[in-house]
Amino acid sequence: MIRETDRHFKFDWIAILLFFSLAIFGWINIISASQSGEEIHLLDFTKSYGKQLIFIGLSLFLILLLLSVDSKFYERFSSIIYVISMLSLVGLFIFGKNVNGATSWYGIGGMTIQPSEFAKVATALAIAKYLSDLNTNIKQLKHQINIVIILLIPAFLILMQKDAGSTLVYGAFFFVLYREGLPKLYLQLGTLLLFSAILSLKFGIIITSILITIAVTIKILFFSAKKIRKRIPKIIAISAIYIGFAFAVGYVFTNLLPPHQKDRITIWLSLEKDPIKLERMKKLEAYNLNESEKAISSGGFTGKGFLDGTRTTGKFVPEQHTDYIFSTVGEEWGFLGSAAVVIVFVLLMLRVLFLAERQKTTFSRVYGYSVAAILFFHFLINIGMVMGLIPTIGIPLPLFSYGGSGLWGFTILLFIFIKLDSNRINEW
Amino acid sequence: MRKLLLAFCIVLVGFVFIGRLFYLQVYSNNSNSILNDNAIRKIYEYPKRGFVYDRNGQLLVANQPSYDVMVIPREVKTLDTLEFCGLLKITKEDFLKKYNRAKRYSSRLPSVFVAQLSKEDYAYLQEKLHKYKGFYTEIKALRQYETAIGANVLGDIGEVNQRDIKKDAYYKLGDLIGRQGIEVSYEKILRGRKGVKYIQKDRFNRNIGNFKNGKYDKLPIPGKDVNITIDAKLQEYGEILMRNKRGGIIAIEPSTGEILAMVAAPTYNPNDLVGRKRSKNFTKLYNDSIAKPLFNRSLQGVYEPGSPFKLMNALIGLQEGIITTNEKITCQNGYKYGGSFMKCHCGYNVRNNVKDAIVKSCNAFFATTYRRILDNKDNASLGINVWSNHVKSFGLGNFLNNDLSVGQKGLIPDRKYYENAYPKEFYSSYTISNAIGQGEVQTTPIQLANMVAAIANRGFYYTPHIVKAIKGESLDKKFTTPKYTSIDKKHFEAVIEGMHRVYTSPKGTAYSLRVKDIEICGKTGTVQNYAIIDSVKTDLTDHSIFVAFAPKENPKIAIAVFVENGYFGSRFAGRITSLMIEQYLTGTITRQDFEDWILTHSLENEYAKPYSGKPFKINKQTEYQVVEKNPIDIERIKILRQKIND
Repeated sequence: MIRETDRHFKFDWIAILLFFSLAIFGWINIISASQSGEEIHLLDFTKSYGKQLIFIGLSLFLILLLLSVDSKFYERFSSIIYVISMLSLVGLFIFGKNVNGATSWYGIGGMTIQPSEFAKVATALAIAKYLSDLNTNIKQLKHQINIVIILLIPAFLILMQKDAGSTLVYGAFFFVLYREGLPKLYLQLGTLLLFSAILSLKFGIIITSILITIAVTIKILFFSAKKIRKRIPKIIAISAIYIGFAFAVGYVFTNLLPPHQKDRITIWLSLEKDPIKLERMKKLEAYNLNESEKAISSGGFTGKGFLDGTRTTGKFVPEQHTDYIFSTVGEEWGFLGSAAVVIVFVLLMLRVLFLAERQKTTFSRVYGYSVAAILFFHFLINIGMVMGLIPTIGIPLPLFSYGGSGLWGFTILLFIFIKLDSNRINEW
Repeated sequence: MRKLLLAFCIVLVGFVFIGRLFYLQVYSNNSNSILNDNAIRKIYEYPKRGFVYDRNGQLLVANQPSYDVMVIPREVKTLDTLEFCGLLKITKEDFLKKYNRAKRYSSRLPSVFVAQLSKEDYAYLQEKLHKYKGFYTEIKALRQYETAIGANVLGDIGEVNQRDIKKDAYYKLGDLIGRQGIEVSYEKILRGRKGVKYIQKDRFNRNIGNFKNGKYDKLPIPGKDVNITIDAKLQEYGEILMRNKRGGIIAIEPSTGEILAMVAAPTYNPNDLVGRKRSKNFTKLYNDSIAKPLFNRSLQGVYEPGSPFKLMNALIGLQEGIITTNEKITCQNGYKYGGSFMKCHCGYNVRNNVKDAIVKSCNAFFATTYRRILDNKDNASLGINVWSNHVKSFGLGNFLNNDLSVGQKGLIPDRKYYENAYPKEFYSSYTISNAIGQGEVQTTPIQLANMVAAIANRGFYYTPHIVKAIKGESLDKKFTTPKYTSIDKKHFEAVIEGMHRVYTSPKGTAYSLRVKDIEICGKTGTVQNYAIIDSVKTDLTDHSIFVAFAPKENPKIAIAVFVENGYFGSRFAGRITSLMIEQYLTGTITRQDFEDWILTHSLENEYAKPYSGKPFKINKQTEYQVVEKNPIDIERIKILRQKIND
């Protein structure tokens, strides 16, 4: 028997500590990003930092609640949670509130709730549940299709609400599925498709075709046991598929993509040859990115200090307290502070991964893996975007960006896993 | 492997991010300084530019406000261009040109639309400006000249150009900087130090408050007022006397080296170079390549000194002991050397000692002296270097290292200078023209005045300077330390006596120029000169030169007057010298006849000759150009005399 008091110490305090250090440092930066030189009253709840303080306080209650629920609850009710979550997404089409062109919010009183932040948790639970089912074999196409359906429902609904960033996060589950035994072919396929898409945009279809053919040829010649003569048709066929894909990417890019997204990619890959045009494009279309890079750069090695970021104070970076919060870190805390944030994020994700691997049940492991993967996608896309490494995609930085739904979404995501992890000793 | 893929990706991305951060923040970050932060607007506050007073405390230069019309293109709404252009006195083409230029610079940031409106134009515009969105006025200080004199002394200020900004980071586009005269030499003292306010701005370029509550702000430090050594009345009188003439007057107080007057003719009204009309008027002055009003003849005019230079040879001869004060040298109506002959006007077999020689300006005497100086040593090569060093100790042949913004070295040749012309043999007769201040010797009027000051002081001088006092600062030591010449004090008396007799002896070249009760010591000079007309070297009427100091004992003023093509030294330069000296010492004049003569005689006809395209006559055959007295000048003279009596 395990006594009640001992059980508390089974919580992974390292992960909890990392979580809170990020949330608190995030809040400090929200203070900076939402002031413009006036005096700070921390309890001024009309200000973003005041509201965020409430959100953090509420998330503490949420944590207590999550940890006190029996861990079996999550597994048992995962399907129901998933269905409810999906219904909440569907409900947006009827009751949703439009903010900045996306219909992702419910307005309740003065507050807004963004169900897509919680849908990630529900989907992670659902995937964990499905994969932990003894009848599920990830190597079978039928089951693979089911998994894809579980993922595509929320992804599609969110995309319909014009929140491309949150949709992209569902790609994170690829890591989970691969860990759980998805055939290697999919990894190769995915990687090669990604590369061929980027290459065809950057270097044109001809060079891409040649590179694809070479890659496919090498792959098939060296890793296949069949005779060369028999392999040639296969090489041609597979190359043709990729080349076709590259063409499709080019078509989508030039004809189907909305202009602002097209410009973002153009800027990211420097597709515009005329440097003056490109510069003008950057000023117009990538204004945020441009300002955010400048703000980060101006921080230098040690940063300008808390509340002393001139670009932050002057609100040079639009949406700085939400998606662009990392530029505040860059400006006020410099290289030292920003690198520290990156390192703490990396440690948190690695810690979650480590915990996931030591789970005794498939459900807990898959769920833990999903937590790490979702965090990773947010981390990669948000910070990558703010520093100009990947095209602009609107997605919050976990625990840093202002917003209650986002904070609670990640709190729930992580603390369900902390609860599952604390219970592993009782599993077998 | 499968277990490690995500962990590997996480770590990889972590490294990439840190690398990117390093690149952005450490590698490509240039400076953290608020000066380079374009989130901080720097607003400069311009201090008062120091006033300029004359030696007696008369205000010469003050400041006046001027108004720049500024534009922020994106805030401009449709407007009645016709009326607006009328208010600003510009054409519609100008309007479009200026507007497009401003827009090209930035549509959000203000730029100067029309610079430096006058008070009157501003008053008119101000009432209607509210109708024109996007336009507003900014106040700036311009110079206000309280006098019409001393353009070459006072100088002017203008907007900085790219070169100034490159040279000194203090200056920003649109700042004003000294361009000529004292405004250049005392720029840093007069301008003070501008203050700066750091304002936090937002991305729409709006001010949202002081940066850090003004912690880094600096208050402007006002420019210091400067008293210059010029005597405004003497200066004005000199300028009036020099009307219709070209040349320069330099008057120095020997006991201090202070420049009392520095006249360059022709001159212009300094108020012409203020404000909007500056560039138009400046171009006009700049392009006048004949009269060259911007050319400061008293500082930059390099001429052969002529006869006044004989004083130098007399002094060197006495110092080197090759003549004595009583030794007489015979003049054969000239001086024969080698196969040549240098003419003189003493007559045959006239015996002159050094004083007589100065009085009569005897060429033969000084030619003999000069040759003896050069031949005194083993050879003339050594001799000419001894001679050259003596001359240079009077400040001739080099920059005076003073506080005037322009100057010329002139030339005092030595053996090295002649090496090209005479590589091997070198005899004293080769450079005989130097004996009488011609040949290779070249000086500027200020150098001559300084030479006279050194003679007046009997052997030393103070570097001539224009600054008398700066509030709260002591004068540069170089202006208060005497510089000794290489001539002993005892040798000066004979020369000074000679210079005195130039006025008192009936044979003296300035006998007619005497002034009652003032003991003037002086020396006339007449210098041949020529111009190249249609590639033919054509002689012009001689320059008229005069140097003098007074009184003989305890001298108060040393003066050099140079009138281009004025013929005899006594004719124009001599008369002006007497008038200037008397005016300065007594505040009025007794030789009204001189003043009348100078005011009614113009040399413009003389200056027109080389450009007339017709053959012309010079010197004795010149006819006087008589003009009416300028009534304004008569009034000005009356006023400047009145003030003395107050």
